[in-house]
Amino acid sequence: MHMADALLSPAVGGLMWAASGAALVVASRRVQQQPDDRLVPLMGMLGAFVFSAQMINFAIPGTGSSGHLGGGLLLALLLGPWPALVVLASVLTVQALLFADGGLLALGANIFNLGVLPCLVVYPLLYRPLAGRAPSSRRMAAAVMVSAVVGLLLGAAGVVLQTVASGISSLPLQSFAWLMLPIHTLIGVGEGLATLALVLFVRRHRPDLLQAALPARPARPAGNHGLRPALLGWAMAAALLGGVGSWFASTAPDGLEWSLLRAAGEPAAAAVPAAAEPWPAVKAQTSAAGLLGGAATLALVAGVGWALRHRRGRPAPPLPADRG
Amino acid sequence: MARLDHALQTLRALDDVAAGARNRGQPDPRALLLGALACIVTAVSFERHTVAALLPLALFPLALAIRAQLPWRLIKRTLMLAAPLVLMVGLFNPLLERETALLLGGVPVSAGWLSFVSILLRATVAVSTTLALVASTGMPVLCNAMTRLHVPQALSLQLWLLYRYLFALGAEASRMDTARQLRAGAQPRPSLATWGALLGQLLLRSVDRAQRLHQAMLARGFTGSLPSPALRWRMADSVFLAGWCSYFIAVRMLDLPTLLGQALLRGLT
Repeated sequence: MHMADALLSPAVGGLMWAASGAALVVASRRVQQQPDDRLVPLMGMLGAFVFSAQMINFAIPGTGSSGHLGGGLLLALLLGPWPALVVLASVLTVQALLFADGGLLALGANIFNLGVLPCLVVYPLLYRPLAGRAPSSRRMAAAVMVSAVVGLLLGAAGVVLQTVASGISSLPLQSFAWLMLPIHTLIGVGEGLATLALVLFVRRHRPDLLQAALPARPARPAGNHGLRPALLGWAMAAALLGGVGSWFASTAPDGLEWSLLRAAGEPAAAAVPAAAEPWPAVKAQTSAAGLLGGAATLALVAGVGWALRHRRGRPAPPLPADRG
Repeated sequence: MARLDHALQTLRALDDVAAGARNRGQPDPRALLLGALACIVTAVSFERHTVAALLPLALFPLALAIRAQLPWRLIKRTLMLAAPLVLMVGLFNPLLERETALLLGGVPVSAGWLSFVSILLRATVAVSTTLALVASTGMPVLCNAMTRLHVPQALSLQLWLLYRYLFALGAEASRMDTARQLRAGAQPRPSLATWGALLGQLLLRSVDRAQRLHQAMLARGFTGSLPSPALRWRMADSVFLAGWCSYFIAVRMLDLPTLLGQALLRGLT
C-alpha cells in the first residue's frame, strides 16, 4: 500500500511531507525527553524486527493467499505511540531508499498513511478506549482486530485521496475507493490476525513488555497533555487540506507552473486547456518534432552515459545472483 | 523467506557498491541528497501527459549510477519491485482517457496512453535516482548527512541503528524460517499459529538482544546519542549542486527534446 513518487504531484507530496515532518519532530522530541536510554537500542532492534517480520508471510486458509505484519499497531502497543512513529518512519525510509517502496517525495505520504494514522490516531483514539487499561484476552483481541482494520482502511483512504488529489492518475475518487477499500478490509483482517498472534504470544510469555508503554502516562507532566488536542487538530487539518485543498491545487497550475509560465511570458490560464477545445490540439508537425527530439535526447543521454562509463573503464562489482 | 534473503542480498550489494564509490571519491552526501530531491521534484512537477520533456532528467541518475558503478541488474530489479502499484493505477489511464493526443505515423495515440507512459517514466527517474543516491553514499553516510541537515536526531539515530541491526536480525529470522521449512514438508508458508510462535520468539530474542546491546553501549560511554563524523562542504559541492539545479530548471522551463527535434527537422528539410 505504499504511495509512489510517480503518482504524486509536488503540492500533495509537499503537503504530506509537512504533515508527517511536524509529527516526526514532535515524536522525536518526546523520544529524546525519555529519561530511560534503554529505549534507543530497543527501538532500533524493533525496527529491524518489523522489517524482517514484514517479509515472512503466513498462509490465509481457504484463500490461497497470504498475509503479513504491518507493524504500526504492534509497535504502538510495545513502545507507545511516539516512539512507534519514529521506528515506523525509519522502516519506511529504509524501504523507500533501498527497495523503491514509495520514494523520497512519497515518503511523507507513506509515513502519514502507515505511521501517523495507526500510531497517533488509531492507537490512542480507538485501541486504548476499546481495550481499557487492563483488558482481558478477548477484549484485547477485539480491540486489536477493530484497530487493525480501521488503521488499514484509513491508510488506503489516504492513498486514494492523495492519488486523486495529485491528478496524475485518471481514476475518479469513487472508482479508486471501490478498488482499494474492500481489498484493504481483507488485508486489515490479515494484519489484525498477525498483530494479535504476536500480542497474545508476548502477553503469555513476557506480559511486562505490553505494560511498558502504559505506566508513563500518569507520570507525564500535566502540561504535556496539551499536545493531544493540538495534534488532533493538526491531523484533522492536514487530512482536510490533503483531501480537499489539494483538489484546487490539481485543477489549476501550481506555484512552480504559474511562476514558470510567468517567467516564459504566458498567461497562467494557458496551462489549463479550454473546455470547448478538443484536448489537446493534435499537430502532426509538433508530434514529429517531439518524437524525433525524444529519440535524439535518449540517444544523447545514452551517449553521455556511455562516454562516462568508457572514460572510467572499470568493471562493475559483482552482484549476488537473482533469486525467487 | 526468499524475500528476506533477497532483501538482505540487495542491502549487502548496495553496501559494497557504496563503499567502492566512496573510496573513489564522491560529492558531499548533502549535495547528493539535495540534488536527488531536486531531480525527483522536477520529474513529478511536469504536466501529466508529458513524455519527451521528461527524458533529459534521466541524465542525473545515469551519471550518479555510472560514477558509483551501480550494476544495471540492481536498478532493473528495484524497478520491478516498484512497478506493481504504478502499473495498477497507471493502466486505468488508457481506459479512461480516450481522446486522441498524438499522431504516431498516422496512427492516433490516446491521451491515456501518453499519461501512462509519463507515469512509467516518472517512476523510472524517481526509483533510479533514489537507488543511485544510496549507491553513491551508503546508509550510514546518508544518516550522517540527514543529521547535518537538521533531521531530528532521534530519527537519524534510529535509522542508523535499524540499518546496523537489520543484517543480524534478518539473518536470524532467515535461519529460523529455514529450520521451520525443513520440518514443514510441502507447506511453503506457515499457518498463523506457527507464524505467531516463530515471530513471537524472534520478537522476544530481539528485546533480549537490545538489552544486551544497551549494556555494551553503556560500557563504551553511550550518553543517548552517537558521534557523527564531520562533513566538509567544498566549492566543488556547491558547483555540483548549482550545476544540476540549473540543468533541472532548464529541463523544466524549456522542452529540450522538442527543440532538438525541431532543429533536426529543419536540418533535414
